[in-house]
Amino acid sequence: MEHAVQTGPTILEMNSITKEFPGVKALDNVSLSVRAGEIHAICGENGAGKSTLMKVLSGVYPYGSYTGSIVYQGAEVQFKDIRSSEAAGIVIIHQELALIPELSITENIFLGNEPGRGGVIDWSEAHLRAVDLLARVGLTDDPNTKIKSLGVGKQQLVEIAKALNKNVKLLILDEPTAALNEGDSQHLLDLILGLKGKGVSSIMISHKLNEIEQISDSITIIRDGKVIETLDVSGGDVDEDRIIRGMVGRVLENRYPEHDGSGIGEVFFEVRNWTVRHPLVAERLVAKNSSFTVRRGEVVGFAGLMGAGRTELAMSLFGQSYGTVLSGQIFMDGKEIKLPNVSAAIDHRIAYVSEDRKALGLNLLDDIKTSIVSAKLTKIAKRGVVDDLQEHVVADEYRGELRIKTPTVDEGVNKLSGGNQQKVVLAKWMFTDPELLILDEPTRGIDVGAKTEIYTIIRELAATGAGVILISSELPELLGVADRIYTIFEGQITDELTVDQANPETLMKSMTSTRSKKDAA
Amino acid sequence: MTDTTAPAKKSGGIRDLTKMFGSGQSGLRQFGILGALVLIIIIFEVLTGGKTLEPGNVINIVRANAYVLILAVGMVMVIVAGHIDLSVGSVAAFVNIITVMIIKWLDTVIVMPESQEGLKATIIIALALVIGVGLGALVGAWQGFWVAYVGVPAFIVTLAGMLIFRGANQYIGNSTPLTTPDYFGFIGGGYIPDFGPDIGFSNGTLLLGLLAILAVVFVEYRMRTRQAKIGAASAPLWVSVVKVGVMVVVIIFATYLFSTGRVGTSFPVPGILLVILVLLYSFITNNTIIGRHIYAVGGNWHAAELSGVKIKRINFFVMMNMSMLAGVAGVVAVSRSLATGPNDGTGWELDAIAAVFIGGAAVSGGIGTVIGSIIGGLVIAVLNNGLQLLHVSTDRVQIIKGLVLLIAVALDVLSKRGGGASLIARFRRPGGDLGETPAVAPSAPAEASSRPQSTTPNA
Repeated sequence: MEHAVQTGPTILEMNSITKEFPGVKALDNVSLSVRAGEIHAICGENGAGKSTLMKVLSGVYPYGSYTGSIVYQGAEVQFKDIRSSEAAGIVIIHQELALIPELSITENIFLGNEPGRGGVIDWSEAHLRAVDLLARVGLTDDPNTKIKSLGVGKQQLVEIAKALNKNVKLLILDEPTAALNEGDSQHLLDLILGLKGKGVSSIMISHKLNEIEQISDSITIIRDGKVIETLDVSGGDVDEDRIIRGMVGRVLENRYPEHDGSGIGEVFFEVRNWTVRHPLVAERLVAKNSSFTVRRGEVVGFAGLMGAGRTELAMSLFGQSYGTVLSGQIFMDGKEIKLPNVSAAIDHRIAYVSEDRKALGLNLLDDIKTSIVSAKLTKIAKRGVVDDLQEHVVADEYRGELRIKTPTVDEGVNKLSGGNQQKVVLAKWMFTDPELLILDEPTRGIDVGAKTEIYTIIRELAATGAGVILISSELPELLGVADRIYTIFEGQITDELTVDQANPETLMKSMTSTRSKKDAA
Repeated sequence: MTDTTAPAKKSGGIRDLTKMFGSGQSGLRQFGILGALVLIIIIFEVLTGGKTLEPGNVINIVRANAYVLILAVGMVMVIVAGHIDLSVGSVAAFVNIITVMIIKWLDTVIVMPESQEGLKATIIIALALVIGVGLGALVGAWQGFWVAYVGVPAFIVTLAGMLIFRGANQYIGNSTPLTTPDYFGFIGGGYIPDFGPDIGFSNGTLLLGLLAILAVVFVEYRMRTRQAKIGAASAPLWVSVVKVGVMVVVIIFATYLFSTGRVGTSFPVPGILLVILVLLYSFITNNTIIGRHIYAVGGNWHAAELSGVKIKRINFFVMMNMSMLAGVAGVVAVSRSLATGPNDGTGWELDAIAAVFIGGAAVSGGIGTVIGSIIGGLVIAVLNNGLQLLHVSTDRVQIIKGLVLLIAVALDVLSKRGGGASLIARFRRPGGDLGETPAVAPSAPAEASSRPQSTTPNA
């Protein structure tokens, strides 16, 4: 690496941090050591515990809610909230930016930290300081500009200016470049390197291994809430393969239903050159010229890291429920179809099981039977009147078939466990008789037993001749359930592999860069 | 019998009693509101020394409050869908002034022989209702357009409507009152006409009571046979018997009250109109696709949209329907007072909204029932009436009504602390309108307790 490592003293030492949530050990005896003036990357799969660790550090999870100790600048610290960690010079910048769109750059930088006395803001001082801070982050915009008229890249810089105003000594960046294009990303990375030169240490969580390789001095890999290893980049022989091995190196358990690909038929669903724009940010494409196919009886996996654009692609196909479709065609059984809204998609026998069960999948005020029939009421209604007898019968059938654990289908869905709620959502979409079922992270947040049941349901559906698209962040799950896998990186489909060709390393490689498999091999 | 298949823990005790008001979760909340209504009636019956339940007074309560209850029927659908309508009073006034002008004109142009006066009155009354509904629908289409298709929050659209239609009423009517022909009083002030032999009771009301009893028995019977057919756990038989028994006693008592009033009085016509609307809209909200979609939009519009619900159409429908019912309520009120003026319908929106919230609807939408709102409206009506009988001055009546609303909703909020559907949560989130992601996932079981159940099993 071209950056000389400053072997400064240790600025931060997190010792044996353990953080438990009901039923889950999110962090298990994690230790992390950051030297002054270094850029320390943290890598791991989604849900490995990276963000939890940073929340412990920044006081989002206050002292006392975890075990272990944090030593910062030589003294033990016990942060009780974000304010106390910021007072000590630790500033976290979240992936979801915490700026207020309707306020100006200046107002945002000083929000909660306004210069002045007695509650009266000294705007001229604020303005002068804002100009200075913006210069330090390389932003030339007028500080009176409203945040909403800035692109994401510039907003990210405003966040850093805000952090600098707080005399930041340790900057934590959670996926800072996830939403940025290449130019903006490079600018941000240069800025982080520049801050390093001025003595600011950084902890960076990122999925983009090339960026990590480019700027970090050391890398800590976390998996399943445990530290796997800490790599010293200056020591050499750290490359993407090495990081990937650390991230995914878990043993595949035998909890996936058997399938040999025998029932797979012809291609019946095809998407060509699908390009979708972000709903708010005009210059950002969430799907770029994506083309793929699904065969009858086939489970097709979509692998990609958080923010890669998998959900956006799926939702834009499902009746354009996300973003603006700029170009592209959908073919079903060889004929082009138009899906301008969700009901058109349902009419074409397409179903989408959302990633966010509670926000998008269910009305938590409903009972089980109402939820199950809600996406295709016409099926049990005559002239607009719902037949509640049939509703009950149908719901009860799904209760038995999917083994939804509840005394009756009159029970409210809010009383069910996550796994059973997910089964209700599955039943809701199975009720629409889908030919193409898109499952977005169908096993997120549910226990292992329910996961296996859901895998079985997926394979059974495929066996009836339906095509299934399985979007998942868990590579073992994709490798265990899918027949064929597409990898997606930054809105682009980067690779297509049959399950025999795929392994966690090859997938992770295509999920973290635009290089195709052949180049990488 | 299916009652033997019901889980053991569910049979017997209070839980079964609540089942009288709908199976499963819906029971408890409506049971509570109904309990409050009965309690208030008993308290006033004692305090007024028996005046509250005198036939004349009961008839009066129905006649004086029919319009609020009609508004509450529409308002609950608006609120369940996650909106609000502040314009109903002004819309009613606007509809009234035009309707009255038209019937006055009709009264002069339709010339009929003396013997046909009754027919003339019937024609004009029917036309007035049609005009009221039609004008209301037009106004509603206007407001629904802004809410559903432009996306202006209903609070703003109807606040504007409140000003626009109040102003339009005063502009058209020159801010002077207009009186209607006397025969126009039938819809708002009339009674079921008497017929047959004079037996000391109103025969029409007796017939109505008998029909009601038959309907209650039939509905319960149908429900049980249907539940048996699908093998669903129905309440034990004794619950059905007690439930039907209680309802029959209440109907007999009500029939007695309504049929033994002053000579010439009986069950009021606006009461009949109200009963028809309540049955119709209970059916729509509980048993039709559009009803399901209203609850879906109010409960979680993101999920509804991803389930193929056409959200704009639903929003348009509820707003239009509300103004239509405001038109009906307006015609009923004019008919009762035989006059319309620039101040018709002031404050109606607040009475209707209060009825809906006392009736258990959630401020954040998705929860509420037509029946609950009617009971909520009756709580206010009885309270009003009782305090008047006790000669409490109107200033203090307002204070008491305000406190009742506050306490009713506060109890609701406290009973499900931590849930999303509460006033407090609503006001803590500035701009907390439809556009937001749904609030905290409701966790308390009480959340879903006011969802509709099938009240009309013959769907």
